[in-house]
Amino acid sequence: MDLKLNVQSSPHVRDRISTSAIMLDVIIALIPATVWGILRFGVHAAIVVAVAVISAVLSETLFNIIVKKPNTIGDLSCVVTGLILGLNMPPEVPFFVPAVGSFFAIVIVKMLFGGLGQNFMNPALAGRCFCIISFAGFMNNFTSRMSVDAYTSATPLIILKSGNEVNLFDMLFGYIPGTIGEISAICLLLGAIYLAVKKIIDLRIPILYIVSFVIFIMIFGQGKSTNINYILGEVLGGGLIFGAFFMATDYATSPITPLGKVLYGILLGVLTGIFRLFGKSGESVSYVILISNLLVPLIESFTIPTAFGKEGK
Amino acid sequence: MYTFKHGVHPDECKELAKDKPIRVVSAGKTLVFPMQQHIGAKAKPCVKVGDNVLMGQIIGEADGIISANVLSSVSGKVTAIEERLVVGGQKVESIVIENDEKYDAIKGFGVERDFNSLSNEEIIRIVKDAGIVGLGGASFPTHVKLSPKDPNKIDYILVNGAECEPYLTSDYRLMIEETETLVKGLQCMLKLFPRAKGVICVEDNKRDAYDKITKACSSISNIETALMKTKYPQGGERQLIFAITGRKINVSVLPADAGCLVDNVDTVVSIGNAVCKSTPLLRRIITLSGDAYNETANLNVRFGISYKEIVDFAGGFKVNPEKMVSGGPMMGLPIFSLDMPVSKNSSALLAFTKDPLSNQNETNCINCGRCVSACPINLVPTRMLKAAKTGNFEEYIKLNGTECITCGSCSFVCPAKKPLTPYFSYMKFAVRGYLNSKKEAK
Repeated sequence: MDLKLNVQSSPHVRDRISTSAIMLDVIIALIPATVWGILRFGVHAAIVVAVAVISAVLSETLFNIIVKKPNTIGDLSCVVTGLILGLNMPPEVPFFVPAVGSFFAIVIVKMLFGGLGQNFMNPALAGRCFCIISFAGFMNNFTSRMSVDAYTSATPLIILKSGNEVNLFDMLFGYIPGTIGEISAICLLLGAIYLAVKKIIDLRIPILYIVSFVIFIMIFGQGKSTNINYILGEVLGGGLIFGAFFMATDYATSPITPLGKVLYGILLGVLTGIFRLFGKSGESVSYVILISNLLVPLIESFTIPTAFGKEGK
Repeated sequence: MYTFKHGVHPDECKELAKDKPIRVVSAGKTLVFPMQQHIGAKAKPCVKVGDNVLMGQIIGEADGIISANVLSSVSGKVTAIEERLVVGGQKVESIVIENDEKYDAIKGFGVERDFNSLSNEEIIRIVKDAGIVGLGGASFPTHVKLSPKDPNKIDYILVNGAECEPYLTSDYRLMIEETETLVKGLQCMLKLFPRAKGVICVEDNKRDAYDKITKACSSISNIETALMKTKYPQGGERQLIFAITGRKINVSVLPADAGCLVDNVDTVVSIGNAVCKSTPLLRRIITLSGDAYNETANLNVRFGISYKEIVDFAGGFKVNPEKMVSGGPMMGLPIFSLDMPVSKNSSALLAFTKDPLSNQNETNCINCGRCVSACPINLVPTRMLKAAKTGNFEEYIKLNGTECITCGSCSFVCPAKKPLTPYFSYMKFAVRGYLNSKKEAK
């Protein structure tokens, strides 16, 4: 018997889960929000999303060619980054903006720091903020030629800030102005449920984020603390749902330790509360997540769990 | 139901061999007995080339406090004392015996004994003479385990029937087929520890074994059974102790210091055989499973028989395997040749037509934290890997990497297919070396 046997260290079996399967699940989870955004805002929005994704894939390919590394687009993470960035674009933005944004997100934020999992900031969010700073006029224009009602240009947060009531039904089902992917809370939550059921995301971060944010605005909300319309409007508006479930849960830029996840969620909620109540910018969620990303190494450093049997020692 | 925190659920694959009754493998012409089949010092050969030996005769003597005897499993003639290949890849001094097929046994072999008539010292001496070591995989000499500093401090004897490794069914078959001896063996152990309670611990995927044992020991006041959740590594010593007693021990604490003794089912059966039937440890139960075999099997194999012989006995391969493992798929050792003897630490022989690891696509770590949720020791494996790869021993120690039990759970769940456990197995030794050199430098 002439046997040729493979020899590798244990364990000799592996779970079916893989990096690309996880990324594919995130893409699947974003389909409802993407479809709804395109239905609401039309062909232009569809092209914006496509440009963001294609630019992300091309940027990563190009980078790998230049630095002579194997192409890593097969892990699908660049598709996720491009998709999230595309969904964070206003519907009528010129096509070069998502193209530049994706390039920045992939090359500067992700690949230059070592690629997948090595980035210290969420690439899609960093790309979005880069666009907001660079192309403020385009990025803050939420009018859409598809919807012609009276509130087209005023986002719910602006309405709330001016002391008026918002239509919660419209916010839930996505009849409000906003970026392509953030407008329908229902579509986003459907995706979030999918990710939670498939155990892709840890619900501690998004739930603590939202809960601590609600508690914060109830305490410091200046007389509006019991106004249900105000509180739900704040939760459903301004991309908080999108940010909490799809961006704050980004693996690479959130703490890996269980206690760290808890602290991180609370930090996000409190910072968002501060920015929303006392700040001027409407872009609180993006900046809050980016700032918190930077604190992740610090949070992890003091939340390393106690090893089994080492308690109290 | 008893359990521990974290852990993983690999596919059990136990149905492949679960209903195959234990069959006795007939020994061939030549048997090989390595002098190192246990943790501790190598045994010293006490026979010479040309000597005739009897079945059950000690041919290698325990050398030192932590060491175990090696016995001949057949009668015959010593033809050589030379280095032979063993599982793990090393060459170890071994005694080669030509089987005369008479199976002449030593005096008193097989005589029934009542353990109540024996003193504690006699029981421990019998266990030592019988060459019994832990048969769960670690092969720690059992007589050493049975002689802790203060026997009165032991309040639990846990019989490990978790068999949490996928594919393995040998302990299950033993629990079903040798229930009586198992309970007898545990009673012998309990005699040594007057204040202890015996608990036979079984995972809930072996409910029939649990029910059978529960029935068999229902009238014995100091023996209980415990049903545990099917989860890997439920049978890990520290996980088992926690699941049953709630006590948590770290790597620097002996189970005995926490009042516990843990022994595998086959070990306890062997104690029962040695003490009550005057039959020393000459065999072990091995599961042959995996998709490369014509027939899976649970075999009663005399030590010294080669792997090739037991594969042939079971019916050979359907297809030539690409991967073979001695032991379970989570912690077993890969083997590269069948020309090795069955020894005390071989618990299974798995054969796979496809190596599940051959088409793994390694990516960067995505920091998903699955390894953290899987680790039964509460470690952060991905950070440990970073420290291990960069040779940062201080960081590795700070992350409690030395507590790792190399159970393989983190590698199993990793979507990036990182070789986590292999690095940690290596670091176990590397850290020791690092600490020694640091001490010397002082």
